[in-house]
Amino acid sequence: MKHPFRGARTLFYKEVLRFWKIVFQTVAAPVLTAVMYLLIFGHVLSDRVQVFDGVGYTSFLIPGLVMMSVLQNAFANSSSSLVQSKVTGNLVFLLVTPLSHWAWFAAYVGASVVRGLAVGGGVFLVTVWFSPPGLANPLWIVLFAILGAALLGALGLIAGLWADKFDQMAAFQNFIIMPMTFLSGVFYSVHSLPAFWNGVSHLNPFFYMIDGFRRGFFGVSDVSPWLSLAVVGASFVAVSAIALHLLKTGYKLRH
Amino acid sequence: MPAVSFQNVSKTYRGERASVRALDGVSFDIRKGEFFGLLGPNGAGKTTLISILAGLARATTGQVQVMGHDVVADYAAARMALGIVPQELVFDPFFSVRESLRIQSGYFGLRRNDDWIDELLVNLGLADKADSNMRALSGGMKRRVLVAQALVHRPPVIVLDEPTAGVDVELRQTLWSFIARLNREGHTVLLTTHYLEEAEALCSRIAMLKRGEVVALDRTANLLAGTASTMLRFKTDQPLPAAVAPQARVTGRIVQLTARDATEVESLLATLRGGGVNVEDLEIGRADLEDVFLEIMQGETRRPEVAAVA
Repeated sequence: MKHPFRGARTLFYKEVLRFWKIVFQTVAAPVLTAVMYLLIFGHVLSDRVQVFDGVGYTSFLIPGLVMMSVLQNAFANSSSSLVQSKVTGNLVFLLVTPLSHWAWFAAYVGASVVRGLAVGGGVFLVTVWFSPPGLANPLWIVLFAILGAALLGALGLIAGLWADKFDQMAAFQNFIIMPMTFLSGVFYSVHSLPAFWNGVSHLNPFFYMIDGFRRGFFGVSDVSPWLSLAVVGASFVAVSAIALHLLKTGYKLRH
Repeated sequence: MPAVSFQNVSKTYRGERASVRALDGVSFDIRKGEFFGLLGPNGAGKTTLISILAGLARATTGQVQVMGHDVVADYAAARMALGIVPQELVFDPFFSVRESLRIQSGYFGLRRNDDWIDELLVNLGLADKADSNMRALSGGMKRRVLVAQALVHRPPVIVLDEPTAGVDVELRQTLWSFIARLNREGHTVLLTTHYLEEAEALCSRIAMLKRGEVVALDRTANLLAGTASTMLRFKTDQPLPAAVAPQARVTGRIVQLTARDATEVESLLATLRGGGVNVEDLEIGRADLEDVFLEIMQGETRRPEVAAVA
Protein backbone atom coordinates (compact mmCIF):
# COMPACT_ATOMS: atom_id res chain seq x y z
CA MET A 1 0.00 0.00 0.00
CA LYS A 2 1.46 3.32 -1.05
CA HIS A 3 0.07 5.36 1.83
CA PRO A 4 -0.19 3.13 4.89
CA PHE A 5 -1.25 5.95 7.20
CA ARG A 6 -3.98 7.22 4.91
CA GLY A 7 -6.04 4.08 5.46
CA ALA A 8 -5.76 4.33 9.24
CA ARG A 9 -6.57 8.04 9.05
CA THR A 10 -9.68 7.33 7.02
CA LEU A 11 -10.90 4.78 9.55
CA PHE A 12 -10.18 7.22 12.38
CA TYR A 13 -12.09 9.95 10.55
CA LYS A 14 -14.99 7.58 9.86
CA GLU A 15 -15.16 6.55 13.52
CA VAL A 16 -15.19 10.18 14.66
CA LEU A 17 -17.80 11.07 12.03
CA ARG A 18 -19.94 8.15 13.22
CA PHE A 19 -20.34 9.47 16.76
CA TRP A 20 -20.44 13.07 15.60
CA LYS A 21 -23.50 12.34 13.45
CA ILE A 22 -25.35 11.28 16.61
CA VAL A 23 -23.71 13.87 18.88
CA PHE A 24 -26.85 14.36 20.94
CA GLN A 25 -26.76 10.75 22.03
CA THR A 26 -22.99 10.30 22.22
CA VAL A 27 -21.87 13.61 23.75
CA ALA A 28 -24.78 15.75 24.99
CA ALA A 29 -26.56 12.94 26.87
CA PRO A 30 -23.53 11.82 28.93
CA VAL A 31 -22.77 15.46 29.78
CA LEU A 32 -26.29 15.87 31.12
CA THR A 33 -25.97 12.65 33.15
CA ALA A 34 -22.76 13.89 34.77
CA VAL A 35 -24.39 17.23 35.64
CA MET A 36 -27.23 15.32 37.34
CA TYR A 37 -24.70 13.40 39.43
CA LEU A 38 -23.06 16.67 40.44
CA LEU A 39 -26.32 18.34 41.42
CA ILE A 40 -27.62 15.38 43.42
CA PHE A 41 -24.48 14.03 45.06
CA GLY A 42 -23.03 17.50 45.53
CA HIS A 43 -26.18 18.57 47.34
CA VAL A 44 -26.64 15.42 49.44
CA LEU A 45 -23.04 14.69 50.37
CA SER A 46 -21.38 18.09 50.53
CA ASP A 47 -21.41 18.27 54.36
CA ARG A 48 -20.89 14.58 55.10
CA VAL A 49 -17.93 13.42 53.08
CA GLN A 50 -14.37 14.38 54.04
CA VAL A 51 -12.05 14.55 51.07
CA PHE A 52 -8.75 16.43 50.88
CA ASP A 53 -8.01 19.17 53.42
CA GLY A 54 -9.17 22.53 52.17
CA VAL A 55 -11.02 21.05 49.19
CA GLY A 56 -14.81 21.35 49.11
CA TYR A 57 -16.79 18.24 48.15
CA THR A 58 -18.31 19.72 44.98
CA SER A 59 -14.87 20.84 43.76
CA PHE A 60 -13.55 17.37 44.54
CA LEU A 61 -16.42 15.70 42.71
CA ILE A 62 -16.02 17.65 39.44
CA PRO A 63 -12.73 16.08 38.26
CA GLY A 64 -14.03 12.65 39.28
CA LEU A 65 -17.14 13.07 37.16
CA VAL A 66 -15.12 14.44 34.25
CA MET A 67 -12.79 11.44 34.33
CA MET A 68 -15.66 8.98 34.76
CA SER A 69 -17.29 10.44 31.65
CA VAL A 70 -14.02 10.29 29.71
CA LEU A 71 -13.53 6.62 30.59
CA GLN A 72 -17.09 5.41 30.06
CA ASN A 73 -17.49 7.17 26.73
CA ALA A 74 -14.12 6.09 25.40
CA PHE A 75 -15.14 2.51 26.15
CA ALA A 76 -18.59 2.98 24.66
CA ASN A 77 -17.23 4.37 21.39
CA SER A 78 -15.00 1.54 20.20
CA SER A 79 -17.15 -1.23 21.68
CA SER A 80 -20.51 -0.09 20.34
CA SER A 81 -19.13 0.79 16.92
CA LEU A 82 -17.58 -2.66 16.51
CA VAL A 83 -20.58 -4.60 17.79
CA GLN A 84 -22.88 -2.55 15.58
CA SER A 85 -20.74 -3.24 12.51
CA LYS A 86 -20.62 -6.92 13.36
CA VAL A 87 -24.36 -7.23 13.92
CA THR A 88 -25.30 -5.28 10.77
CA GLY A 89 -22.59 -7.03 8.77
CA ASN A 90 -20.98 -3.89 7.37
CA LEU A 91 -17.67 -4.74 9.04
CA VAL A 92 -17.03 -6.64 5.80
CA PHE A 93 -16.17 -3.30 4.14
CA LEU A 94 -13.25 -3.02 6.53
CA LEU A 95 -12.26 -6.68 6.50
CA VAL A 96 -11.62 -6.68 2.74
CA THR A 97 -9.22 -3.71 2.93
CA PRO A 98 -5.45 -3.90 3.26
CA LEU A 99 -5.58 -2.15 6.68
CA SER A 100 -3.20 -3.75 9.19
CA HIS A 101 -4.04 -4.61 12.78
CA TRP A 102 -2.02 -1.55 13.81
CA ALA A 103 -4.23 0.64 11.63
CA TRP A 104 -7.42 -0.81 13.15
CA PHE A 105 -6.05 -0.33 16.65
CA ALA A 106 -4.85 3.24 16.11
CA ALA A 107 -8.09 4.30 14.45
CA TYR A 108 -10.53 2.77 16.93
CA VAL A 109 -8.53 3.82 19.99
CA GLY A 110 -7.89 7.28 18.53
CA ALA A 111 -11.59 7.90 17.91
CA SER A 112 -12.40 6.64 21.41
CA VAL A 113 -9.96 9.18 22.85
CA VAL A 114 -11.62 11.97 20.85
CA ARG A 115 -15.09 10.94 22.07
CA GLY A 116 -13.88 10.58 25.68
CA LEU A 117 -12.22 14.01 25.62
CA ALA A 118 -15.24 15.61 23.91
CA VAL A 119 -17.58 14.36 26.64
CA GLY A 120 -15.09 15.03 29.44
CA GLY A 121 -14.49 18.55 28.11
CA GLY A 122 -18.25 19.10 27.92
CA VAL A 123 -18.76 17.92 31.50
CA PHE A 124 -15.95 20.16 32.69
CA LEU A 125 -17.25 23.24 30.89
CA VAL A 126 -20.75 22.78 32.30
CA THR A 127 -19.78 21.86 35.88
CA VAL A 128 -16.75 24.09 36.46
CA TRP A 129 -19.04 27.07 37.24
CA PHE A 130 -20.51 25.35 40.31
CA SER A 131 -17.25 25.25 42.22
CA PRO A 132 -13.99 25.77 40.28
CA PRO A 133 -11.54 23.05 41.37
CA GLY A 134 -8.29 24.86 40.53
CA LEU A 135 -5.55 23.84 38.08
CA ALA A 136 -2.45 22.88 40.07
CA ASN A 137 -0.74 20.93 37.31
CA PRO A 138 -2.54 20.83 33.94
CA LEU A 139 0.00 18.40 32.47
CA TRP A 140 -1.23 15.59 34.75
CA ILE A 141 -4.80 16.41 33.72
CA VAL A 142 -4.06 16.10 30.02
CA LEU A 143 -1.82 13.06 30.43
CA PHE A 144 -4.23 11.01 32.54
CA ALA A 145 -7.25 12.01 30.44
CA ILE A 146 -5.59 10.84 27.21
CA LEU A 147 -4.00 7.73 28.69
CA GLY A 148 -7.20 6.72 30.51
CA ALA A 149 -9.31 7.25 27.39
CA ALA A 150 -6.85 5.23 25.30
CA LEU A 151 -6.87 2.39 27.85
CA LEU A 152 -10.67 2.26 27.87
CA GLY A 153 -10.78 2.61 24.09
CA ALA A 154 -8.53 -0.44 23.78
CA LEU A 155 -10.62 -2.30 26.35
CA GLY A 156 -13.73 -1.40 24.33
CA LEU A 157 -12.02 -2.80 21.25
CA ILE A 158 -11.52 -6.14 23.03
CA ALA A 159 -15.09 -6.15 24.29
CA GLY A 160 -16.39 -5.26 20.83
CA LEU A 161 -14.43 -8.10 19.24
CA TRP A 162 -15.59 -10.57 21.88
CA ALA A 163 -19.29 -9.67 21.99
CA ASP A 164 -21.55 -11.13 19.32
CA LYS A 165 -24.68 -9.39 20.51
CA PHE A 166 -25.70 -6.12 22.10
CA ASP A 167 -26.69 -7.75 25.39
CA GLN A 168 -23.23 -9.29 25.82
CA MET A 169 -21.85 -5.81 25.28
CA ALA A 170 -24.24 -4.35 27.85
CA ALA A 171 -23.18 -7.05 30.33
CA PHE A 172 -19.52 -6.11 29.90
CA GLN A 173 -20.39 -2.46 30.42
CA ASN A 174 -22.76 -2.90 33.38
CA PHE A 175 -20.94 -5.64 35.29
CA ILE A 176 -17.32 -4.62 34.73
CA ILE A 177 -16.87 -1.05 33.54
CA MET A 178 -19.59 0.58 35.66
CA PRO A 179 -18.66 -1.00 39.02
CA MET A 180 -14.96 -0.39 38.45
CA THR A 181 -15.51 3.30 37.72
CA PHE A 182 -18.01 3.79 40.54
CA LEU A 183 -15.77 2.05 43.08
CA SER A 184 -12.61 3.87 42.03
CA GLY A 185 -13.03 7.05 44.06
CA VAL A 186 -15.13 9.18 41.74
CA PHE A 187 -17.46 10.11 44.59
CA TYR A 188 -15.12 9.80 47.57
CA SER A 189 -11.48 9.75 48.56
CA VAL A 190 -10.41 6.15 49.20
CA HIS A 191 -8.51 7.15 52.35
CA SER A 192 -11.90 7.71 54.00
CA LEU A 193 -12.73 4.01 53.48
CA PRO A 194 -12.13 1.23 56.07
CA ALA A 195 -8.62 -0.21 55.73
CA PHE A 196 -9.78 -3.36 53.91
CA TRP A 197 -11.76 -1.51 51.23
CA ASN A 198 -9.01 1.05 50.94
CA GLY A 199 -6.65 -1.84 50.12
CA VAL A 200 -9.09 -3.35 47.62
CA SER A 201 -9.43 0.02 45.89
CA HIS A 202 -5.69 0.02 45.29
CA LEU A 203 -6.11 -3.10 43.14
CA ASN A 204 -8.46 -1.25 40.78
CA PRO A 205 -6.60 0.40 37.87
CA PHE A 206 -9.47 2.89 37.52
CA PHE A 207 -8.56 4.27 40.94
CA TYR A 208 -5.13 5.32 39.65
CA MET A 209 -6.59 7.01 36.58
CA ILE A 210 -8.94 9.11 38.66
CA ASP A 211 -6.44 9.80 41.43
CA GLY A 212 -3.75 10.89 38.98
CA PHE A 213 -6.23 13.02 37.06
CA ARG A 214 -7.38 14.72 40.26
CA ARG A 215 -3.77 15.43 41.20
CA GLY A 216 -3.63 17.84 38.27
CA PHE A 217 -6.44 19.92 39.77
CA PHE A 218 -5.62 19.96 43.48
CA GLY A 219 -1.91 19.17 43.72
CA VAL A 220 -2.78 16.45 46.28
CA SER A 221 -3.78 12.84 45.73
CA ASP A 222 -4.19 9.55 47.61
CA VAL A 223 -1.07 8.06 45.99
CA SER A 224 1.90 9.51 44.09
CA PRO A 225 0.97 10.51 40.53
CA TRP A 226 4.08 8.70 39.33
CA LEU A 227 2.77 5.46 40.78
CA SER A 228 -0.57 6.15 39.10
CA LEU A 229 1.19 6.84 35.82
CA ALA A 230 3.12 3.59 36.08
CA VAL A 231 -0.03 1.54 36.82
CA VAL A 232 -2.12 3.18 34.10
CA GLY A 233 0.74 3.02 31.60
CA ALA A 234 1.39 -0.66 32.29
CA SER A 235 -2.35 -1.43 32.06
CA PHE A 236 -2.51 0.37 28.72
CA VAL A 237 0.43 -1.61 27.35
CA ALA A 238 -1.05 -4.92 28.55
CA VAL A 239 -4.58 -4.23 27.23
CA SER A 240 -3.19 -2.92 23.93
CA ALA A 241 -1.07 -6.04 23.49
CA ILE A 242 -4.17 -8.22 23.91
CA ALA A 243 -6.23 -6.05 21.54
CA LEU A 244 -3.49 -6.09 18.88
CA HIS A 245 -3.09 -9.84 19.21
CA LEU A 246 -6.84 -10.39 18.75
CA LEU A 247 -6.88 -8.10 15.71
CA LYS A 248 -3.83 -9.77 14.20
CA THR A 249 -5.21 -13.28 14.60
CA GLY A 250 -8.65 -12.17 13.39
CA TYR A 251 -10.39 -13.30 16.59
CA LYS A 252 -14.11 -13.61 15.79
CA LEU A 253 -13.46 -11.60 12.62
CA ARG A 254 -11.84 -13.99 10.17
CA HIS A 255 -13.10 -17.53 10.67
CA MET B 1 1.02 -15.82 -13.44
CA PRO B 2 -2.71 -16.48 -13.00
CA ALA B 3 -4.98 -13.75 -11.63
CA VAL B 4 -6.28 -16.10 -8.95
CA SER B 5 -4.81 -19.40 -7.88
CA PHE B 6 -6.38 -21.94 -5.52
CA GLN B 7 -4.03 -24.76 -4.55
CA ASN B 8 -5.43 -27.71 -2.66
CA VAL B 9 -7.72 -25.54 -0.54
CA SER B 10 -9.59 -27.29 2.26
CA LYS B 11 -11.75 -25.79 4.94
CA THR B 12 -13.19 -27.52 7.97
CA TYR B 13 -15.53 -25.65 10.29
CA ARG B 14 -15.20 -27.08 13.76
CA GLY B 15 -18.52 -26.95 15.56
CA GLU B 16 -19.28 -27.98 19.12
CA ARG B 17 -20.88 -31.26 18.08
CA ALA B 18 -19.55 -32.00 14.63
CA SER B 19 -17.04 -30.67 12.14
CA VAL B 20 -18.20 -29.69 8.67
CA ARG B 21 -15.86 -30.06 5.74
CA ALA B 22 -16.91 -27.14 3.54
CA LEU B 23 -14.06 -27.45 1.00
CA ASP B 24 -12.01 -30.50 0.16
CA GLY B 25 -8.84 -30.09 -1.89
CA VAL B 26 -10.02 -27.40 -4.30
CA SER B 27 -7.43 -26.49 -6.94
CA PHE B 28 -7.82 -24.32 -10.02
CA ASP B 29 -6.47 -21.15 -11.58
CA ILE B 30 -8.26 -18.18 -13.08
CA ARG B 31 -6.27 -16.55 -15.88
CA LYS B 32 -5.82 -12.84 -16.24
CA GLY B 33 -8.65 -11.21 -18.15
CA GLU B 34 -10.98 -14.19 -17.82
CA PHE B 35 -14.69 -14.00 -17.06
CA PHE B 36 -14.91 -17.04 -14.82
CA GLY B 37 -18.01 -18.69 -13.38
CA LEU B 38 -18.17 -20.59 -10.12
CA LEU B 39 -21.35 -22.64 -9.91
CA GLY B 40 -22.81 -25.10 -7.49
CA PRO B 41 -25.90 -25.74 -5.40
CA ASN B 42 -26.43 -24.12 -2.00
CA GLY B 43 -23.91 -25.43 0.51
CA ALA B 44 -21.42 -26.50 -2.17
CA GLY B 45 -18.74 -24.20 -0.74
CA LYS B 46 -18.79 -21.30 -3.22
CA THR B 47 -19.10 -18.58 -0.60
CA THR B 48 -16.53 -20.27 1.65
CA LEU B 49 -14.05 -20.32 -1.23
CA ILE B 50 -14.68 -16.64 -1.95
CA SER B 51 -14.41 -15.79 1.75
CA ILE B 52 -10.98 -17.41 1.86
CA LEU B 53 -9.98 -15.47 -1.25
CA ALA B 54 -11.10 -12.20 0.38
CA GLY B 55 -9.47 -12.93 3.74
CA LEU B 56 -12.85 -13.18 5.50
CA ALA B 57 -12.11 -16.81 6.32
CA ARG B 58 -8.93 -18.83 6.56
CA ALA B 59 -8.23 -22.05 4.74
CA THR B 60 -7.54 -25.06 6.97
CA THR B 61 -4.95 -26.19 4.43
CA GLY B 62 -3.79 -25.01 1.02
CA GLN B 63 -2.76 -21.73 -0.57
CA VAL B 64 -4.65 -18.95 -2.32
CA GLN B 65 -2.99 -16.21 -4.35
CA VAL B 66 -4.32 -13.08 -6.02
CA MET B 67 -2.06 -11.68 -8.75
CA GLY B 68 0.78 -13.70 -7.23
CA HIS B 69 0.21 -12.43 -3.67
CA ASP B 70 -0.61 -14.94 -0.95
CA VAL B 71 -3.86 -13.94 0.76
CA VAL B 72 -2.45 -14.61 4.23
CA ALA B 73 1.29 -13.87 4.10
CA ASP B 74 0.94 -10.90 1.74
CA TYR B 75 -2.65 -9.93 2.54
CA ALA B 76 -2.31 -6.20 1.91
CA ALA B 77 -1.14 -6.61 -1.69
CA ALA B 78 -3.65 -9.40 -2.31
CA ARG B 79 -6.55 -7.26 -1.06
CA MET B 80 -5.40 -4.23 -3.06
CA ALA B 81 -5.79 -6.43 -6.15
CA LEU B 82 -9.25 -7.67 -5.21
CA GLY B 83 -12.71 -6.10 -5.28
CA ILE B 84 -15.42 -8.14 -3.58
CA VAL B 85 -19.16 -7.64 -3.95
CA PRO B 86 -20.55 -9.50 -0.94
CA GLN B 87 -23.66 -11.61 -1.17
CA GLU B 88 -25.39 -10.06 1.85
CA LEU B 89 -27.06 -6.71 1.34
CA VAL B 90 -25.06 -4.78 3.95
CA PHE B 91 -24.58 -1.03 4.37
CA ASP B 92 -23.44 1.53 6.92
CA PRO B 93 -26.53 3.49 7.99
CA PHE B 94 -24.53 6.50 9.16
CA PHE B 95 -23.39 7.65 5.74
CA SER B 96 -24.56 8.83 2.33
CA VAL B 97 -23.64 7.01 -0.87
CA ARG B 98 -20.81 9.41 -1.67
CA GLU B 99 -19.48 9.35 1.89
CA SER B 100 -19.46 5.54 1.84
CA LEU B 101 -17.50 5.51 -1.42
CA ARG B 102 -15.02 8.15 -0.23
CA ILE B 103 -14.44 6.26 3.01
CA GLN B 104 -13.95 2.99 1.13
CA SER B 105 -11.42 4.74 -1.15
CA GLY B 106 -9.57 6.03 1.88
CA TYR B 107 -9.21 2.54 3.35
CA PHE B 108 -7.27 1.65 0.20
CA GLY B 109 -5.05 4.70 0.60
CA LEU B 110 -6.78 6.73 -2.12
CA ARG B 111 -7.53 10.41 -1.71
CA ARG B 112 -9.26 12.65 -4.26
CA ASN B 113 -10.90 9.69 -5.91
CA ASP B 114 -14.01 11.65 -6.90
CA ASP B 115 -13.51 11.43 -10.66
CA TRP B 116 -13.63 7.65 -10.51
CA ILE B 117 -16.41 7.70 -7.89
CA ASP B 118 -18.49 9.89 -10.22
CA GLU B 119 -17.86 7.50 -13.09
CA LEU B 120 -18.96 4.58 -10.94
CA LEU B 121 -22.10 6.45 -9.87
CA VAL B 122 -23.03 7.26 -13.46
CA ASN B 123 -22.32 3.78 -14.79
CA LEU B 124 -24.31 2.10 -12.05
CA GLY B 125 -27.25 4.50 -12.33
CA LEU B 126 -26.61 6.04 -8.91
CA ALA B 127 -25.79 9.61 -9.93
CA ASP B 128 -28.99 11.09 -8.50
CA LYS B 129 -28.61 9.14 -5.25
CA ALA B 130 -25.07 10.32 -4.42
CA ASP B 131 -26.16 12.41 -1.45
CA SER B 132 -28.92 10.12 -0.19
CA ASN B 133 -28.40 8.33 3.07
CA MET B 134 -27.85 4.61 2.64
CA ARG B 135 -30.93 3.87 4.77
CA ALA B 136 -33.15 5.69 2.29
CA LEU B 137 -32.19 3.48 -0.67
CA SER B 138 -34.18 0.56 -2.03
CA GLY B 139 -32.65 -2.92 -2.01
CA GLY B 140 -31.64 -2.70 -5.66
CA MET B 141 -29.96 0.67 -5.11
CA LYS B 142 -28.08 -0.66 -2.08
CA ARG B 143 -26.85 -3.54 -4.24
CA ARG B 144 -25.50 -1.03 -6.78
CA VAL B 145 -23.62 0.77 -4.01
CA LEU B 146 -22.08 -2.54 -2.95
CA VAL B 147 -20.78 -2.97 -6.48
CA ALA B 148 -19.41 0.59 -6.52
CA GLN B 149 -17.73 0.06 -3.13
CA ALA B 150 -15.98 -3.03 -4.45
CA LEU B 151 -14.61 -1.07 -7.40
CA VAL B 152 -13.37 2.16 -5.76
CA HIS B 153 -9.73 1.08 -5.94
CA ARG B 154 -9.97 -0.23 -9.54
CA PRO B 155 -9.04 -3.78 -8.56
CA PRO B 156 -7.61 -5.98 -11.35
CA VAL B 157 -9.69 -8.90 -10.00
CA ILE B 158 -13.43 -8.41 -9.39
CA VAL B 159 -15.42 -11.00 -7.45
CA LEU B 160 -19.21 -10.97 -7.60
CA ASP B 161 -20.90 -13.34 -5.16
CA GLU B 162 -24.44 -13.80 -6.47
CA PRO B 163 -24.77 -10.12 -7.36
CA THR B 164 -28.14 -10.47 -9.07
CA ALA B 165 -29.96 -12.49 -6.42
CA GLY B 166 -33.33 -10.81 -6.04
CA VAL B 167 -32.62 -7.76 -8.19
CA ASP B 168 -34.71 -6.38 -11.01
CA VAL B 169 -34.08 -6.74 -14.72
CA GLU B 170 -32.92 -3.14 -15.11
CA LEU B 171 -30.13 -3.51 -12.58
CA ARG B 172 -29.04 -6.80 -14.06
CA GLN B 173 -28.63 -5.19 -17.44
CA THR B 174 -26.89 -2.10 -16.04
CA LEU B 175 -24.60 -4.27 -13.98
CA TRP B 176 -23.69 -6.72 -16.71
CA SER B 177 -22.97 -4.11 -19.33
CA PHE B 178 -20.67 -2.32 -16.88
CA ILE B 179 -18.92 -5.48 -15.68
CA ALA B 180 -18.51 -6.69 -19.28
CA ARG B 181 -16.90 -3.36 -20.12
CA LEU B 182 -14.47 -3.68 -17.20
CA ASN B 183 -13.70 -7.22 -18.35
CA ARG B 184 -12.96 -5.96 -21.89
CA GLU B 185 -10.63 -3.37 -20.35
CA GLY B 186 -8.64 -6.20 -18.78
CA HIS B 187 -10.21 -6.82 -15.37
CA THR B 188 -10.53 -10.45 -14.36
CA VAL B 189 -14.03 -11.35 -13.17
CA LEU B 190 -15.06 -14.21 -10.90
CA LEU B 191 -18.82 -14.69 -10.72
CA THR B 192 -21.00 -16.96 -8.66
CA THR B 193 -24.63 -16.99 -9.59
CA HIS B 194 -27.78 -19.05 -9.35
CA TYR B 195 -28.90 -17.79 -12.75
CA LEU B 196 -27.28 -20.27 -15.06
CA GLU B 197 -28.28 -18.38 -18.19
CA GLU B 198 -26.16 -15.49 -16.87
CA ALA B 199 -23.17 -17.75 -16.42
CA GLU B 200 -23.70 -19.26 -19.88
CA ALA B 201 -23.93 -15.83 -21.49
CA LEU B 202 -21.03 -14.20 -19.64
CA CYS B 203 -18.47 -16.75 -18.51
CA SER B 204 -15.85 -18.15 -20.84
CA ARG B 205 -14.87 -20.81 -18.33
CA ILE B 206 -16.76 -22.46 -15.51
CA ALA B 207 -15.95 -24.49 -12.42
CA MET B 208 -18.68 -26.45 -10.68
CA LEU B 209 -18.48 -27.23 -7.00
CA LYS B 210 -20.35 -30.01 -5.27
CA ARG B 211 -20.00 -30.79 -1.57
CA GLY B 212 -16.74 -28.88 -1.40
CA GLU B 213 -15.10 -30.48 -4.43
CA VAL B 214 -14.55 -29.35 -8.01
CA VAL B 215 -16.64 -31.73 -10.13
CA ALA B 216 -16.30 -29.92 -13.44
CA LEU B 217 -13.90 -27.37 -14.85
CA ASP B 218 -13.86 -26.44 -18.50
CA ARG B 219 -14.64 -23.84 -21.12
CA THR B 220 -18.36 -23.14 -21.14
CA ALA B 221 -18.58 -24.24 -24.77
CA ASN B 222 -16.91 -27.57 -24.00
CA LEU B 223 -19.20 -28.21 -21.05
CA LEU B 224 -22.19 -27.64 -23.28
CA ALA B 225 -20.77 -29.82 -26.05
CA GLY B 226 -19.57 -32.62 -23.82
CA THR B 227 -22.91 -33.51 -22.40
CA ALA B 228 -26.28 -34.62 -23.65
CA SER B 229 -26.82 -31.78 -26.05
CA THR B 230 -30.40 -32.21 -27.16
CA MET B 231 -33.38 -31.32 -25.07
CA LEU B 232 -36.96 -32.58 -25.42
CA ARG B 233 -39.66 -30.46 -23.89
CA PHE B 234 -43.35 -31.37 -23.87
CA LYS B 235 -46.56 -31.32 -21.85
CA THR B 236 -48.47 -34.31 -20.59
CA ASP B 237 -51.03 -35.37 -18.01
CA GLN B 238 -49.97 -39.02 -17.80
CA PRO B 239 -47.39 -40.47 -15.44
CA LEU B 240 -44.02 -41.19 -17.09
CA PRO B 241 -42.84 -44.77 -17.65
CA ALA B 242 -40.32 -46.02 -15.10
CA ALA B 243 -37.58 -46.19 -17.77
CA VAL B 244 -37.50 -42.40 -18.30
CA ALA B 245 -38.97 -40.99 -15.06
CA PRO B 246 -35.67 -40.78 -13.07
CA GLN B 247 -33.90 -38.59 -15.66
CA ALA B 248 -36.84 -36.27 -16.35
CA ARG B 249 -37.19 -32.73 -15.05
CA VAL B 250 -40.87 -32.20 -14.30
CA THR B 251 -42.44 -28.79 -13.60
CA GLY B 252 -46.20 -29.22 -13.30
CA ARG B 253 -47.33 -30.52 -16.69
CA ILE B 254 -44.04 -29.68 -18.37
CA VAL B 255 -41.50 -32.46 -18.81
CA GLN B 256 -37.90 -32.03 -19.96
CA LEU B 257 -35.66 -34.88 -21.10
CA THR B 258 -32.15 -34.78 -22.49
CA ALA B 259 -30.74 -36.94 -25.28
CA ARG B 260 -27.29 -37.30 -26.82
CA ASP B 261 -28.38 -37.58 -30.43
CA ALA B 262 -31.29 -38.16 -32.79
CA THR B 263 -31.31 -41.92 -32.20
CA GLU B 264 -31.76 -41.40 -28.49
CA VAL B 265 -34.58 -38.92 -29.21
CA GLU B 266 -36.34 -41.55 -31.26
CA SER B 267 -35.99 -44.24 -28.63
CA LEU B 268 -37.20 -41.86 -25.87
CA LEU B 269 -40.31 -41.00 -27.89
CA ALA B 270 -40.89 -44.70 -28.53
CA THR B 271 -40.64 -45.46 -24.80
CA LEU B 272 -43.11 -42.68 -24.04
CA ARG B 273 -45.55 -43.89 -26.69
CA GLY B 274 -45.17 -47.46 -25.40
CA GLY B 275 -45.92 -46.25 -21.87
CA GLY B 276 -49.17 -44.66 -23.01
CA VAL B 277 -47.97 -41.07 -22.56
CA ASN B 278 -49.82 -38.49 -24.65
CA VAL B 279 -47.09 -36.01 -25.72
CA GLU B 280 -48.38 -32.45 -26.36
CA ASP B 281 -46.57 -29.34 -27.65
CA LEU B 282 -43.28 -31.17 -28.25
CA GLU B 283 -40.21 -28.98 -28.72
CA ILE B 284 -36.72 -30.19 -29.47
CA GLY B 285 -33.83 -27.82 -28.74
CA ARG B 286 -30.26 -27.54 -27.62
CA ALA B 287 -29.47 -28.27 -23.96
CA ASP B 288 -28.39 -25.25 -21.93
CA LEU B 289 -26.08 -24.88 -18.97
CA GLU B 290 -28.88 -25.71 -16.58
CA ASP B 291 -29.10 -29.19 -18.07
CA VAL B 292 -25.35 -29.65 -17.88
CA PHE B 293 -25.42 -28.46 -14.30
CA LEU B 294 -28.18 -30.86 -13.30
CA GLU B 295 -26.53 -33.76 -15.07
CA ILE B 296 -23.25 -33.13 -13.27
CA MET B 297 -24.87 -32.50 -9.90
CA GLN B 298 -27.02 -35.62 -10.14
CA GLY B 299 -24.02 -37.82 -10.92
CA GLU B 300 -23.25 -39.59 -7.67
CA THR B 301 -19.65 -40.40 -8.49
CA ARG B 302 -16.96 -37.91 -9.28
CA ARG B 303 -16.41 -37.63 -12.99
CA PRO B 304 -12.67 -38.18 -13.45
CA GLU B 305 -12.70 -37.41 -17.19
CA VAL B 306 -13.96 -33.93 -16.48
CA ALA B 307 -11.96 -33.36 -13.31
CA ALA B 308 -8.83 -34.39 -15.23
CA VAL B 309 -9.11 -31.18 -17.26
CA ALA B 310 -8.35 -29.29 -14.08
